[in-house]
Amino acid sequence: MSAQGFDVKYVAHLARLALTPEEEQKFQAQLGNILGYIAKLNELDVSGVEPTAHAVPLVNVTRTDEVRPSLPHEEAMRNAPSQVNGLFQVPKIVE
Amino acid sequence: MLNQLTISELQKRLVTREITARDAVQSCLAQIKRVDGSIKAFLSYDEADALRQAEDVDKLIASGATAERYPLLGAPIAIKDVLAVKGHPLNCASKILGNFVSPYDATVIQKLRGAGAIVFGRLNMDEFAMGSSTENSAFFTTRNPWDTSRIPGGSSGGSAAAVAADECFASLGSDTGGSIRQPAALCGCVGLKPTYGRVSRYGLVAFASSLDQIGPFTKDVRDSALLLRAISGHDDKDSTSIPEAVPDYGAALDGNIRGLKIGLPKEYFIPGLSKDVSDAVNAAVKQLQELGAKIVEISLPHTDYAAAAYYIIAPAEASANLARFDGVRYGARVNGADPLELYSKTRGQGFGAEVKRRIILGTYVLSSGYYDAFYLRAQKVRTLIRQDFTKAFEKVDAIVTPTTPTPAFKIGEKSDDPMQMYLSDIFTISCNLAGNCGVSLPCGFSTNPKLPIGLQLLGKPFGEATILKIAHAYEQSTDWHKQKPNLSF
Repeated sequence: MSAQGFDVKYVAHLARLALTPEEEQKFQAQLGNILGYIAKLNELDVSGVEPTAHAVPLVNVTRTDEVRPSLPHEEAMRNAPSQVNGLFQVPKIVE
Repeated sequence: MLNQLTISELQKRLVTREITARDAVQSCLAQIKRVDGSIKAFLSYDEADALRQAEDVDKLIASGATAERYPLLGAPIAIKDVLAVKGHPLNCASKILGNFVSPYDATVIQKLRGAGAIVFGRLNMDEFAMGSSTENSAFFTTRNPWDTSRIPGGSSGGSAAAVAADECFASLGSDTGGSIRQPAALCGCVGLKPTYGRVSRYGLVAFASSLDQIGPFTKDVRDSALLLRAISGHDDKDSTSIPEAVPDYGAALDGNIRGLKIGLPKEYFIPGLSKDVSDAVNAAVKQLQELGAKIVEISLPHTDYAAAAYYIIAPAEASANLARFDGVRYGARVNGADPLELYSKTRGQGFGAEVKRRIILGTYVLSSGYYDAFYLRAQKVRTLIRQDFTKAFEKVDAIVTPTTPTPAFKIGEKSDDPMQMYLSDIFTISCNLAGNCGVSLPCGFSTNPKLPIGLQLLGKPFGEATILKIAHAYEQSTDWHKQKPNLSF
């Protein structure tokens, strides 16, 4: 675990974040620093330790598969930045 | 003044018809107009809507409604900008949500309404709950009512400041790594983080789904117990909420803590602790002994690794939760030639620096080739931290620590170095990783300037009744909670 493999431009692309050149430079440095601190966890012996994804012992919480009323379509569309015929409008995806 | 009362005190006067709910709301609105220009706790509030709700509550009171049936009857409660309130704006103090208006009420909001409370206002916070000072709000920084050149803490800075400045009777905030307890300590009010799963997260904008909890800010411990009971409970709409019965937390507050064992973890009394804080906390510990509690030295050996584990796990979960803000279905949109450009530009321009840093960090630690070294390892360290507490709670009923290493720092003092800011959370973070409950309450002040200092009590999962009992007994043997900031601006 080290900051060596960390390329802010590549990761920002994965996260769909357009950064300015200033941000790229600043974040590369700041995050490199943070990754250096996080490497502390390498000091610990975690062999045989189960990971905790969830502090609480719940499994398979389900409900019966029955239709219930949900948010009306009009309400769901109310905050849409751009809509056409009750559909969210976006730039062309496929040529 | 009316707005300076606690909820319990308010209700006594409402029931005798000495005052009306409308009076209670008016007194908050007047206070906001008087002080919020300097404190800046509120992003917005709807005066007419609040008065309409007050009118409804007054009709309810006139028809014979009691505080037994409506435990929060007439109490004006303000809300952190991270919770959905139907018809109110929801921004998480970010530009990316644009003019978003909530189409539904969060479960906790429904519960507040059902208990007779008046729900109003949008309280300032660090953007998407990421921060410890409220300096990461995309709009402005809230000021600490005790010294307006200082931060109120974060991420629920507005929630803490509004209660400390008597702009509302109580507020709701959220806590992922300390975001309720730390600002409560820095602003001198009571802030409680319930056990993970105690309170439904339906309607809470998610930051880190395995760490987030909603909790109350109040002027005293009794009000905290009242509010906790009102918002707790299993919810079908939150599959991480626990079907555990909700006790009457208020009934546990009998002032008797004789024989209770309280652990003092040696790892929390570190060199970085300011003298004012260690003096105040040590005095509080002595006071707990005077009240009959037994202080036991304990060890939480993995304390030093909690921040590192948290700053892998929380950003990782956040990177997934914030993927939904893409400019397509709601919020602000920056157009692009294709959807990819639309996402990248919307997110690049819509999110602030700290949010972007954490999304990038989270994406990296989950990415192919790095997942095992970072995320998986952090989840294993999380197990070790949880086990520290489980072992400790076999020997003690609660754990006492300072809430923060120092009192409130100056605006701008830590905002240049993210790492510095992260380390101010060291005492609160472990509690979220382990899923435990925790409360911060006032235990004194620094001398020059006079700034609040918080005492933290940590309890085992669903141990809120115990920590509230201890907090209440301590509180009632001091007058810290009666002291108010000098708000002469």
